[in-house]
Amino acid sequence: MVVIVDYDAGNLKSVARACREVGLPAEISNDAKRIREAERVIFPGVGAAGSAMRSLAASGVDRALVDAFGAGTPILGICLGLQISLEYSEENDTATLGLLPGKVRRFRLDDPNLKVPHMGWNAVRVIRPHPIFDGVQRGDEFYFVHAYRPIPEEPADAIAESVYEGPFCSALGRGNYVATQFHPEKSGRAGLRLLKRFAEWDGRADA
Amino acid sequence: MLSKRLIACLDVRDGHLAKSVRFVDTKNIGDPVAKAREYYLDGLDELVFYDITASSEKRRIILDVVESVAEQVFIPLSVGGGVASVSDATDLRLAGAEKINVNSAAVRRPALIAECAESIGGQNVVLSMDIKRAEPSTDMPSGYEIVINGGRKPMGIDALAWAKEGERLGAGELVVNSIDADGTREGYELNLTRMLSEAVRIPVIASGGAGEPGHLYDVLTDGKADAALVASMVHYGDYTVSGLKRHLHEKGVKMRMSW
Repeated sequence: MVVIVDYDAGNLKSVARACREVGLPAEISNDAKRIREAERVIFPGVGAAGSAMRSLAASGVDRALVDAFGAGTPILGICLGLQISLEYSEENDTATLGLLPGKVRRFRLDDPNLKVPHMGWNAVRVIRPHPIFDGVQRGDEFYFVHAYRPIPEEPADAIAESVYEGPFCSALGRGNYVATQFHPEKSGRAGLRLLKRFAEWDGRADA
Repeated sequence: MLSKRLIACLDVRDGHLAKSVRFVDTKNIGDPVAKAREYYLDGLDELVFYDITASSEKRRIILDVVESVAEQVFIPLSVGGGVASVSDATDLRLAGAEKINVNSAAVRRPALIAECAESIGGQNVVLSMDIKRAEPSTDMPSGYEIVINGGRKPMGIDALAWAKEGERLGAGELVVNSIDADGTREGYELNLTRMLSEAVRIPVIASGGAGEPGHLYDVLTDGKADAALVASMVHYGDYTVSGLKRHLHEKGVKMRMSW
């Protein structure tokens, strides 16, 4: 059973449906207690950093996530979930959870032909082997939609990168926490395979 | 770098694929859910449902369609047709749509774009524009005019100005649907698509006029579109999603080729 963290009015059902598709029963909850006791947690992406942090603080889920991280619960962050697990986001000038050191900045691109948000399918290059990326094939692409990009402070926390004008970090993690900037629940079968591996992951980072 | 996207659009009326589209004679006739699943398994990058249900009491049906599709199609799902309020958008989002297309109602009341962007995130708001050629004038400098109600009602609004206004109000993406090219199968309107794509910094989806694979190539290269929308080309059974993607890939367009 995975608990999908509920905050703001978002489209969390797509994450829940994708989990069920790979045989992982899912519950959507904003109950701090449920999150502390969860077997595994998905911290998905909806809305903007500022309102997300306010909503997490109001329900006490911010502290529950920090506790679950400390307790060794396997946690998967997705999109905004990844971004607010770092320390600071330029979006709404927001102090965020700080599970890992790093910050989030808006894409600033020189090429006027490149659009922001970075929206669509892009390749992901694994730079540090990780169990949930095990078996990602050359040519597999994942669905992204975001205007801000994560910059982990510790290079060792970066798991994968993608290219949009230049390279940017598209997955990161440490210990029992792993996160993708792309949406595995919207990334066809490549995304479902990644969710399946998360469902089986014991929370240890060694591949 | 980003791949170009192939998007299929399904028109749905009262929960069935619209009769205006002549589907091949299979037992899946009329079932939008089966069609969506088929395209997904064949490598489609994104799916659009356009609800053309006329009566408002039957509008709940599209929510059931979206719900069923979202259960079994794991790519972005965009829904439009008659969205006039944040509450319409929210209902569709809760049913499983990622993106919401706004069209006529946004022309009548532009604040709808900003309200939806504020509520569901600008990246999920698609401004769909029906556009017709017009005599260039001081009021219509681009020579393209916005029309609504399925192309029947000209609005006296310049398409280029409206695209920029839509971006300013917070739309995350534009659909450029050429009423002149729509249904001709003679190709997308390249000049229009290129002009709008160069004028905004949000992605542009080209729509209307595709009849053969070369048309997709043209609009994704010369037309500077980020995505090409097809309907009858794949619905009639003349082409497959994977076949179109392979064609584009072989001609050097970056496409997602693994699914």
